[in-house]
Order: sequence, then structure tokens, then C-alpha cells
Amino acid sequence: MRYVDELRDPRLIRAVAAEIARLVDPDRHYRIMEVCGGHTHAIYRHGLTELLPPNIELIHGPGCPVCVLPMGRIDDGLALAEQPDVIFTAFGDMMRVPGRRGTPLEYRARGADIRMVYSPLDALKLAQAHPDKHVVFFAIGFETTAPATALTLMKAKALGIRNFSVFCNHVLIVPAIRAILDSPDMRLDGFIGPGHVSTVIGCRPYLFVARDYGKPLVVSGFEPLDILQSILMILRQLAEGRAEVENQYSRVVPWNGNRAALAAMAEVFELRPYFEWRGLGFISQSALKISEAYADWDAERRFDVPGVRVTDPKAAQCGEVLKGVLKPAQCKLFGRECTPEHPIGALMVSNEGACAAYYHYVHRLAAAGRDD
Amino acid sequence: MRETSAQPTFHDAVIELVHGAGGKASRRLIEGLFLPLLANPALIPLEDAAIMSIEGLRLALTTDAFVVKPLRFPGGSIGELAVNGTVNDLAVSGARPLGLLAAFIVEAGLPSEVLRAEAEALAQAARRAGVSVVGGDTKVVEHGKADGLYIVTAGIGLVDPRAELGVHRVRPGDRILISGPIGDHGITVLLARGELDLEADLVSDTRPLTPFVEALLEAASPGLHWMRDPTRGGVATALNELARDARVAITLAEEAIPVRDAVRGACELLGLDPLYIANEGQLLAVVDPAWADTALAALQRVPGGEQAACIGEVQEQPAGVVIVSTQYGGQRVIDMLVGDPLPRIC
Repeated sequence: MRYVDELRDPRLIRAVAAEIARLVDPDRHYRIMEVCGGHTHAIYRHGLTELLPPNIELIHGPGCPVCVLPMGRIDDGLALAEQPDVIFTAFGDMMRVPGRRGTPLEYRARGADIRMVYSPLDALKLAQAHPDKHVVFFAIGFETTAPATALTLMKAKALGIRNFSVFCNHVLIVPAIRAILDSPDMRLDGFIGPGHVSTVIGCRPYLFVARDYGKPLVVSGFEPLDILQSILMILRQLAEGRAEVENQYSRVVPWNGNRAALAAMAEVFELRPYFEWRGLGFISQSALKISEAYADWDAERRFDVPGVRVTDPKAAQCGEVLKGVLKPAQCKLFGRECTPEHPIGALMVSNEGACAAYYHYVHRLAAAGRDD
Repeated sequence: MRETSAQPTFHDAVIELVHGAGGKASRRLIEGLFLPLLANPALIPLEDAAIMSIEGLRLALTTDAFVVKPLRFPGGSIGELAVNGTVNDLAVSGARPLGLLAAFIVEAGLPSEVLRAEAEALAQAARRAGVSVVGGDTKVVEHGKADGLYIVTAGIGLVDPRAELGVHRVRPGDRILISGPIGDHGITVLLARGELDLEADLVSDTRPLTPFVEALLEAASPGLHWMRDPTRGGVATALNELARDARVAITLAEEAIPVRDAVRGACELLGLDPLYIANEGQLLAVVDPAWADTALAALQRVPGGEQAACIGEVQEQPAGVVIVSTQYGGQRVIDMLVGDPLPRIC
């Protein structure tokens, strides 16, 4: 834990916070988006907003893979889980995400063989241990988790393991950032760039943000000191009239990314022409599917996937929150119909979703005093 | 005030796992379904044990069902938990255990060796806690109908005359004490399930809390206001219930909360918060500020209590809320557990 403790040193953190306070223009309102759900969670977990001047507003972005997955895809996955002789595997993140007829945990309680895994390789091991069953892995995540899925599929093919397939829901971060930048009500001053995703793709894919849209983007780590330092770097760019891509997380993120991981992804995946994002709608070339060469391990080809489409309730304003137009508590459903126990909109589903984080860490403070 | 109408207000169509996880949904089930139908003065406080006064004696009664998987884990097993869990529910009510009952629900096909090992663990734990198992029951259910073995224990205890405990005694200014590092049990069991392929040098903290309670009653009973063993749902859930029922705020200082490095490491890796992780051998106590130092010193003198700490205090506002101050001066609200903690990967 030593490494982490240094990045949580209260003295250093207060020093950076003081530097931020010195640098902000008191007459200006700053809107900075943290793209990644991991950042959102860390910001609330450590109470970082309270260390910032009130005119710096952090907007929570689309980088929570569980949140942006449409409910129809979850229903599709759960339909696979109900097939006879299927062991359905997923990350813990997915286990409480509701489809129309319940969450994976609830399906499991009703008898479906659904197991939580820590890595797709564990799902492949299950397939080897249960040759009489078919193991499906529910693959979710951005470029962070996609290489592990790719390597697992390469291993399955190399070993000739036929009772294993992947239900692929991997999505890409850059098209989502572009969709937000292109949205007419976009009002952002800069981006705290994704950390884990960038360990794979590097920093170059973000250059268009600075070049074409004139917004600073700083790739950031997840510790309190990382996040504050990234905010400081964005403010410096704004103060100096620069718009560049900078790498605060250079201890982990190489500028050009991880070539081996990118090669594995290129081997196994190809771009989907379009994919639906919860809250953001259809975005072209924003997701991955399994390539022809790995068709035998593609659950969507091996099974008759229903292809369910479920539209979110009109009243849920997830899209506006994702784009930073509304704060979570400004949505009409927030904290009333839509709570972490009964999530309606995407962002209330995962702990990393902006609404869930806001609900857990902030909302109850505001709600206190009112009689419940 | 808590719901006391005779009409059940629980309307969920189906009982799901979350209703048993010890968090919000469990609370809704108990208060919405059981309490309205069964309401009586001993039940209504919904404490860990019911207190009944009989001919001048205060008796504490409690029961607990144990459904842990795997049955054995580093540092303990279901048989040992079944004793300690019930003894601890009595202990935090200020009661010395007088006797236990144990019922075994066994799945047909369970090797006798496994049952014998758990009976031995139960007997040994009872000896350690200084209590006898004075009766029981055994049922066998069809193969596939129970997870090997379930154990239900019930206990009766005599409340110490020095103990005057309850949410009604909790006042702004009171200090929150914890007997030692949190999260050991929950993380140990999570890792012992073997689903995560993670290893840590960690054992469950399961043990009787009676020595801690005795030490507190001996040293600081006039200032001892409330106790709880933060099991499922962890410290966060126990303190949320207190904040709600006593209509006070609770503020915790994050850096004061003892957490072992292995638990912290596993929690960082899995995206969990130690405050929500189950404990089976820790005591939370609320103590008058004038007695806090004495009480803390008493806890620290008990073997296993060396890391006892004062982790926060009771405040008047905002009522019903638990707030953690981070070491940087930020704050966050700690809600009750919503469901069992699950690791986050992506």
C-alpha cells in the first residue's frame, strides 16, 4: 500500500488544492468532465469536490461501461444464461444490473447457473473443467478489459476449446467523447482523460480533442493527488490559452499505448457499424464485435440471441446528465423513482455511475433534515 | 417513529437475495412485513437481542441463522460462527450468556465427517465463550435443497445490572469506539470462496465479544450508551441504523478507522469499502465523552483489542446521516448497504 499512500498524502494534496485555488479566475465558471467512472467514484469517495473552488464544476462522463450498456443487451445476455447446459459468467459489476425481468443475481437465485468471475480466463478455465457444459462470458468494458477478452479468445482457439463463447459488449471511449463534443448543448472547458483505457490506447487517440475542438485533455490516474494534479494541469492550459493532450498518469500510461494489447484486439475484434449507448443513443463505429476468424467463439453467432431493444423511460434524463447539461439531482426521477435499489436510468446502476455516486455520497446529506 | 401500524407495508412480489443481505431491503422486509404483524414492546426496538423483564430479572433473548459458504474458511467455520454470532448478540445487549440452543439443517449426502467437524467447532466455541448448548434439533432435507449445512442458534442471557443501553441514551457529543481492525471476516470469506483467485494473509475475526463487553462494563458502565456487533452490512450499516433510530448524525474520521493492510489492499483491488464489509469479532460502542478515554483504554487492555480506536462522534445535525471526513478535509456520506458487496472489475 506504500505506493498508494504517497498519492494520498494530505500535505501534498492540500498543496495542490491551494495551487488550484490560486490559479482559478474567480470571474469564470469552469466545467471539466471526468470521462471515466473510476474517476467519478474516486472524486466522491475522497470528497475531492470540497477541495475545489466553487466555480470549478466537475461533470461526470460516459466512462462507466455498466452504465452505458442498454437494458436490451442485458436481457440478451440473460436469455443466454437461461439456455440449458449453459454456465453464464460475468464480472461482479454486472451482477446487480437489472434487465426487464431482474438482475443476474436474481436469475441465479431462480436457478440459472450464473457465476461471477474476476477475469475472462477464469471463465475459460470453467469451460475446461466442465466439458459437458457451454460457458458464456458476458464481456463488457472499454479498451481496459477488451485485451483480456481478446487474449482469452486467442487461447480458446489455440487450445481448441469449443464449449466456450463470448457475448461481446466491448465499447470504445473515443467515439463517446466525440459524441459528447458534437452534442449541440455541450458546454465543457476540458477533460480529465481516462486512465485505465489509456494504458492500452495511449494518448494519441485524444489529439483531436485539442486540435479540432480546442479543449485541453489530461490523462489522469485515480488517486486523489492524480486527479487534483490533472485539474491543475487543465487550469494551467486554460490560463495560458493552450489546448493540448497531456499525460499526468505517465507512471502507467505510455504515450503510444500498449502495442501487444492493441495487436490482440486487432486480431480478435472488428468494429461494429453502430452500437446503442444508454443515454447517448446510437453511435457509429463505437463498439467491437468478434471477427470472422473467431466466429465459433461468438455467442451471438452460436446462439439465437433475441436482440431485445428496451427504451429507457422518457422521464429519465440520463443523456443530459451524461453530457453535463444536468446535474444528477436535477433529473426528474433522481432519488424518487430512480434509486440505487431500483435504478431506472443507466447512471444509477453501477457504483461508478454519476447518479449512484452522487446519491450515495452527496444526496443524503442534502436530503437530511427533511423528514423521511 | 418507527412503523407500528398493524397493516404490512411490504409489497415486493418476490423475496430476493437482497432481502437477506442485512442492508436496506432486509430492513424493509422486517419493518414492513414482520413488525406490523408481531409488534410488541420487546420486539419493537429491533435490537440484536430482545430484553424481557421477568420477576425483577432482565433476560436477553436472541436467535440467528447461519448460511455461510464455504463452511470452513481461514480462522473459523460455520459451527464456530453459530456460537459466536448468538453470544455476541447477547453480549452487545449487555447480557452474559446463560445457555444456547442449536438446530442443524443438513443436506442429505453431507459427509458425516463434515458434520462432526462442525459439531466439534461449535462445542469448542461454546467452551471458549463459557456457555453450554442445552438443547437442539436436527432436520435432514433432500440433496440439493440446502447448501450442505445450515445452523440456527438461539440464546438466553442475563443482562448485567450495570448495563443501561439503547438508542435513547445516545447523545450528541458521544464518542464512537471500535474494538479493532474492520473487514477481516468478510474479506476472508470472499477470498475463501475461491472465485477470485486472490490470496491474502488474513483470517476471520470470529470470536466472542464477551471479554470486551465485560471490560467496558467494569471500567465505564455509567458512560456506556449503546453497543452493536457490526456483522453483515459492516460498520456503515450498523451506524446508519443508529443514526436513524437515535435521530442523530454520526461523523467518522477516516484515518482513525483501523483496517489491516491486507483488507485495505483487497478492497482497493476489488473496489469495495471496508466500512461495508462484515465483521464477526468486533464491537462498536457509543460512550459518553467523559468516559471515552477510560473505555478505550479498557478495550485496548483486552487481548485482541490492542488496536481499539475512537473513530468518530455523535452530532446533532444532519440527523439520520453518517458522514466520513477524509484525511484531506473532504467529506462523504456513508449510506446503508444496498446488497452484498460485489467486486468491481471494469
